[in-house]
Amino acid sequence: MVLRLSGLSVTRRRRPVLHGVTLSLPAGQFVGLIGPNGAGKSSLMEAALGLIPFTGTSSLATLPADRRARHAAYLPQAREIAWPVSVEDLVALGRIPWPGGGRSGLDRIAIDAAIARMGLEPFRKRTALRLSGGEQNRALIARALAQDTPMLIADEPIAGLDPAQQLACLRLFRDLAAEGRTVLASIHDLGLAARFCTRLVLLSDGHVLADGTAEAVLRDDLLRRAFGITVRRVDTPDGPAILPV
Amino acid sequence: MRGLFIALSAGVAALFLASLLTGPAGLPMPESLRALLAGGNEPLPVVMREIRLPRAILGLAVGAGLGLTGAALQGYLRNPLAEPGLIGISGMAALGAVLAIQTGLSLAAPLALPLAALAGAAIGVGLLVALAGPRGGSVTLILAGVAISALAGAGTALVLNLSPNPYAANEIVFWLMGSLADRSMLHVWLALPPMLLGAVLTLSTRRALDALTLGEAAAQAMGVSAPALRWRLVAGTALIVGPATAVAGAIGFVGLVIPHVLRPWVGARPSALLPASALGGAALLLAADVAVRLVVPDRDLKLGVLTAIVGAPLFLHLIWKTRSGGRV
Repeated sequence: MVLRLSGLSVTRRRRPVLHGVTLSLPAGQFVGLIGPNGAGKSSLMEAALGLIPFTGTSSLATLPADRRARHAAYLPQAREIAWPVSVEDLVALGRIPWPGGGRSGLDRIAIDAAIARMGLEPFRKRTALRLSGGEQNRALIARALAQDTPMLIADEPIAGLDPAQQLACLRLFRDLAAEGRTVLASIHDLGLAARFCTRLVLLSDGHVLADGTAEAVLRDDLLRRAFGITVRRVDTPDGPAILPV
Repeated sequence: MRGLFIALSAGVAALFLASLLTGPAGLPMPESLRALLAGGNEPLPVVMREIRLPRAILGLAVGAGLGLTGAALQGYLRNPLAEPGLIGISGMAALGAVLAIQTGLSLAAPLALPLAALAGAAIGVGLLVALAGPRGGSVTLILAGVAISALAGAGTALVLNLSPNPYAANEIVFWLMGSLADRSMLHVWLALPPMLLGAVLTLSTRRALDALTLGEAAAQAMGVSAPALRWRLVAGTALIVGPATAVAGAIGFVGLVIPHVLRPWVGARPSALLPASALGGAALLLAADVAVRLVVPDRDLKLGVLTAIVGAPLFLHLIWKTRSGGRV
């Protein structure tokens, strides 16, 4: 499924934070959204999902709320689990947009598959709030997988994770895209974004500064303009290592 | 979980029966129930149908309503300290009732007091909607509720302060303590229809409240409409709490403690907690209403006083358990 954003503009507290962003995200791409804090990454994702007021068009936000929820799963930046529910019940929340509401045979299949894929079988009956941060993150991703949508939008999914968890998360997102899903994630680690994403979009002050492959986007002049930094690049067999200096 | 619901339902049924069979007129059980079903103009059917039955029905409905709205508000605000009085409707209903007592209106017609309380509740809803605004979030709702509660509390204090004689003040204070004594079927017919409608509205939020476990943004992305949810919750709570306060006075702790106690038993899922808390609230209030008639039968022990006496230590115990469990 293609996500089309056209002329997307967002104003927050009377301050414009996104200026006419136009993007087309086809199925099968893992698009990394990069840019400094306050560049408009979260606003872009929230507007694309229709969660905040915006002008312009988003092919997702035009859908009715219930259908939209069957098209795109969203992992917000704040990883909130309000009540001490079990991992299984947490993952089952992903089935809320579907008719069975978590109880049908189809729901069980989706929940079991998401739990298995995230390696949460041993934690299934445990209280999600008692797990470590990384395990909770896996449970929340499993919740999004159980939603079984062709599109996944994740706001800083690897923030606060240890290196192994970061790699596991990005590998999963790459695999999900390879399976034909559209994956959009904001990522601050430029090196990891370059290694795992099929395409990068660099946002700065609410504008798309660059859009394309890692080589095309992570250019010295663009990074200096967006972040005010220079970077050192070291090519490794696994891809470029990028060190801000 | 099914076991919990069966146990709670059985408990409610038993306590409903106990409420029907408890009273100053020590009536034998088989005859009482036969009189209740058969009816007639003799003293026994009249006592059963016009004194005990409305009291038991109101105990069930008010308790269930308080438990249900407590669980719903806790789920909506994602805060285990939320309770039905939080949005200010019960305070405004109490103010309406207190004004009816003060002005002597309550003596003019049997339903004047509950109707005045309902009017107070309606004004409270109007204020809440005006203050919280159409797009306000949950924090705005709490702040508006706190402001309305404070306003209603000040109004009630002012009425007490200016009360013309100690008898009126006395009556107001006792009414505020909450009671189900001497209620008639008129009270039942006044309170039950809006409360049932409120229950339907509140129960319709179950899936949305489940989704809110993941926070407002995630819930919204799962198809939950935040304004529609807030509207249903405010309307549902007002339709339950307004009439409940109108017929029973201010009864605290049921809506706070019951969801707390039952949460671990339903795996903390709001959708399961709502019906469980309704049953638990009904059981607690029916039990308390039986107890006020048994503990000190010759003195009029008020229902709200007993629920607070039972509820506060229970709540302290829960805080203690939570603290020793290492959670906040």
